[in-house]
Amino acid sequence: MDVCPQFHNLQELRHSASLANKVFIQRDYSEGTTCKFQTKFPSELESRIERTLFEDTVKTLNNYYAEAEKIGGQSYFEGCLACTTAYLIFLCMETRYEKVLKKIAKYIQEQNEKIYAPRGLLITDPIERGMRVIEISIYEDRGSSGSSSGSSSVSGSTAR
Amino acid sequence: MSAVMITRKVRKWEKLPGKNTFCCDGRVMMARQKGVFYLTLFLIIGTCALFFAFECPYLAVHLSPTIPVFAALLFLFVMAMLLRTSFSDPGVLPRALPEEATFIEMEIEAANGNVPAGQRPPPRIRNVQINNQIVKLKYCYTCKIFRPPRASHCSICDNCVDRFDHHCPWVGNCVGKRNYRYFYLFTLSLSLLTIYIFTFDIVHVVMRSVNNGFLNTLKETPGTVLEVLVCFFTLWSVVGLTGFHTYLISLNQTTNEDIKGSWSGKNRVQNPYSHKNIIKNCCEVLCGPTYPSVLDRRGLMQEDLLVSAASTAPASSPSSSSSSSTNPVPQTTKTTAPLLPNEHTPDEAKPSIAVSPKEELPPAPKVPPLASPETDVETSIAKDKAH
Repeated sequence: MDVCPQFHNLQELRHSASLANKVFIQRDYSEGTTCKFQTKFPSELESRIERTLFEDTVKTLNNYYAEAEKIGGQSYFEGCLACTTAYLIFLCMETRYEKVLKKIAKYIQEQNEKIYAPRGLLITDPIERGMRVIEISIYEDRGSSGSSSGSSSVSGSTAR
Repeated sequence: MSAVMITRKVRKWEKLPGKNTFCCDGRVMMARQKGVFYLTLFLIIGTCALFFAFECPYLAVHLSPTIPVFAALLFLFVMAMLLRTSFSDPGVLPRALPEEATFIEMEIEAANGNVPAGQRPPPRIRNVQINNQIVKLKYCYTCKIFRPPRASHCSICDNCVDRFDHHCPWVGNCVGKRNYRYFYLFTLSLSLLTIYIFTFDIVHVVMRSVNNGFLNTLKETPGTVLEVLVCFFTLWSVVGLTGFHTYLISLNQTTNEDIKGSWSGKNRVQNPYSHKNIIKNCCEVLCGPTYPSVLDRRGLMQEDLLVSAASTAPASSPSSSSSSSTNPVPQTTKTTAPLLPNEHTPDEAKPSIAVSPKEELPPAPKVPPLASPETDVETSIAKDKAH
């Protein structure tokens, strides 16, 4: 079995790797339309990353989204307050969802740097794919792979 | 003929597929046909202007100055809700990028197995279980995705919209997850405003007639007659619409589901999204979280243009990796000269409207303004009646 390519950081990934494949983690609709992703471990990642690390990442993301979409006291307060100002308050105030999205972007960046990039993987923030999928790009070391694709497109998470 | 590759930065809204128009550099997003929306604006602003001109001076003096003040506040709220509904992203789902589309196709083919030659492959449907009910997710051939539950494709705007309610020509936009509450508040506040103006018109005419006689009053304030006419016809439609949407909200249903009869009838599933509690349903729809737009309209991206030139300078490699642009889209499909915003569909969408697309008609915006995007003729006639 091939040794997994070792990349020490995102810069190295960008320069010396080529995109081999992409895996798309689909949404889990079993609890309705709230944003939740399936924790099923895709077979393409079996040789690249430990199952527990992957599941932890997805579960943490699911928790973040659940926090953003929670319907409770704070969301009622925000909704009623905004309604009384004819929603003009949103011109200057950030909604709770947007705050959580920033946390998510930071978390994904951190996960990429610490866990995924050293294993030749890269997670794309779901918001850049319409919150439909978590896209995980699989990179091969350019030197070792026989057929390397031409361009390496790096889609990193960005702050909105 | 050699060509030169020029890279320029564009906002992402300029390259979005679909039939929306964008204003203010991507801040405003509407449907293409805006004529009826202008009519709505004209009716509201015109009637209120007449009210402030003819009724308010008399009523402020003879009854109370709070009457015009309250009318002004209500008018501002109505306008704010209307503009918010019309200008915001209803919850458009972006189309799948090529790799995602291919991934889904591969999954579908794996699930279908071997289809004998000459036979139509089975319809692309995914079954999911939501709250112990089986819900079918349909595949959208235009957007190349399996639509999330409650999403639907609007053929007028040519987008899949999340929690699609209906396409409203009066506000010039689709009504979906992100702007449904603004739409509801718009109809509610417009009902209140219409009732308010209508009531005070009558009060004003009565008060004046006592002094001057009925016909003289009408001669003095001709605006009143116009207002009463507009309010009378508006009352029936808008109040009815508000009542209908209140009913839908209490059941946590969308207009689309109601018209298609998704949750009614004997052998159908029960609505899996309803909390079975009217208050909870209302709270979720009206006081739920404000969802962000997943269309990054004002984000920047690189666009490569092939410009044919007389010089023999070789084209530089269309590299799309740049630290300054946000999330560069693979540039392979974008090497065309700049087109009018949203006049084009992505190259991959066109040849692939293939296998039994029963769900969508080919993009033909020949729908009369008052029709809805439903593909069944019967439902579009029913929608006309609902409006």
